[in-house]
Amino acid sequence: MSAAGAHIVQFENVGLRYGASAETLSDLSFQLATGSFYFLTGPSGAGKSSLLRLVYLAQRPSRGLIRMFGEDVVTLPRARIPDFRRRIGTVFQDFRLIPHLSAYENIALPLRVNGVAEADIDAPVREMLEWVGLSARAAARPATLSGGEQQRVAIARAVIGRPELLVADEPTGNVDPDMAERLLYLFEALNKLGTTILVATHDLHLIPRVANAQVIRLDKGRLAAPPADAIRTQGTG
Amino acid sequence: MPLFGRGSGSWLTSAAGRRLLPEGWLSGPMPWVIAIMMFLTVLAAAAGLALGFAAHGLSTHLSGQITVQIVDADRERRDEAAARIVDAAGKLPGIASVRRISDAEMTELLRPWLGAGLADNDLPVPAMIDLAFAPGTPGGVEAAAAAVRAISPRARIDAHAQWLAPLAGLIGSLRWLAAVLVLLMAAAAAFTVVLAARAALNTHQATIEVMHHLGSTDEQIARLFQRRIATDALFGGLIGLLLASLVVFAVGERIAKVGSDLLGSVELPLGAWGVLALLPIAGTMLAMLAARMTILVALRRRL
Repeated sequence: MSAAGAHIVQFENVGLRYGASAETLSDLSFQLATGSFYFLTGPSGAGKSSLLRLVYLAQRPSRGLIRMFGEDVVTLPRARIPDFRRRIGTVFQDFRLIPHLSAYENIALPLRVNGVAEADIDAPVREMLEWVGLSARAAARPATLSGGEQQRVAIARAVIGRPELLVADEPTGNVDPDMAERLLYLFEALNKLGTTILVATHDLHLIPRVANAQVIRLDKGRLAAPPADAIRTQGTG
Repeated sequence: MPLFGRGSGSWLTSAAGRRLLPEGWLSGPMPWVIAIMMFLTVLAAAAGLALGFAAHGLSTHLSGQITVQIVDADRERRDEAAARIVDAAGKLPGIASVRRISDAEMTELLRPWLGAGLADNDLPVPAMIDLAFAPGTPGGVEAAAAAVRAISPRARIDAHAQWLAPLAGLIGSLRWLAAVLVLLMAAAAAFTVVLAARAALNTHQATIEVMHHLGSTDEQIARLFQRRIATDALFGGLIGLLLASLVVFAVGERIAKVGSDLLGSVELPLGAWGVLALLPIAGTMLAMLAARMTILVALRRRL
């Protein structure tokens, strides 16, 4: 268990407003238990991506308290944010691969940012490429990869640093069912190693495939269902 | 974090780090803009240094020289006073030379105005004595003036430095002008780098955002750009130095051919060339600093 203790993420009355518009997220209060697996669901426009942006520290909330890894991140000095981000793996919905780097170099980037020695980079990158089935495409640039392949590179990049918290926005949206299964298996393997997983998805069929997963359901920026056992949540709607 | 620090970001200076910013080496106009600015900076600096050395040389050479004129219609009295002054001046501390201008030299000097018959008529011509003190003799001119006046109160004393005061003032002004030009060029180069760094930040916006999300620090990102801009600045600086050196050398050759003592004193010693050679390095350091500050300030506006 990390230094965060029982909860790796804690939201208390969190609200998020972009500019002068109405709140995108309102009164969110929930906790993510360290080492657990969560699905974040809800209709389009419910605020899933905005919530994830708060979790992977791309945004500060307009109000409320967010604690991550045991510390208040709302008032966290900007200089300390990189240290927190290095503990979070993020899979973006639009992948955000660096277009002029190969798949290999994109996956290696978090290790290099973390100061891992060049000699210690090749083996884990090759392993990740194999995990996501892209060993033969290591030298390919993102523009030459299919949407599914780009998504797998993005996932490999997010997990290679063994993050304490993995945040994924629709990570199986562009892959076939077999690959979706493999990716979920990868997430579960990471989860068993202690990584807390938060996956935003439209695909409710994925949820029962992960044992002990919990579901957070958002609707119109509010918590429609707080973290709860997946099967029970499935049953209630 | 030091400007050139490596630390955990050493990969940024490796081939892998260089690939993060994909433009080719020396792409864009910045190296050439820097080259033009360095060319002008080196010319201004060379002019300033040469004028500085010329001013120093003139000052050293002329500040200890005076000419004494004894104007007396009575040839005997004039010659006697001149002899006494030569004798007294030779005993002054720090005196380097005392020389009475001979009648033959005076005749030659005055020939353009008075014609060739000067030696044959009785036209009274002043006796002239040149005194020179060793460089760094304090109060030598004043002591000589006092000694001369004690012997011949009507003697006229011309300190050479006083004739060169306007020229020295002009040289001083030109040196300041050259220094201001160098500073203006440095400021212009820094502003150019600021604009180039901002443009590069916009071009690589997406890459920077990803790097930030992966946990890159501002310093790591700034170092990527610093390296690129330093390469461009050093290349531009060396090209500018090379071209300006050729011009300075050619101008020096022209001055030497003029054969003027005054113009000939305007020259660049070896040490000055060393200073000029350091300008591209100073320019590169300035460019790196400007790029670093620009990028860090821009990044601090983001989360």
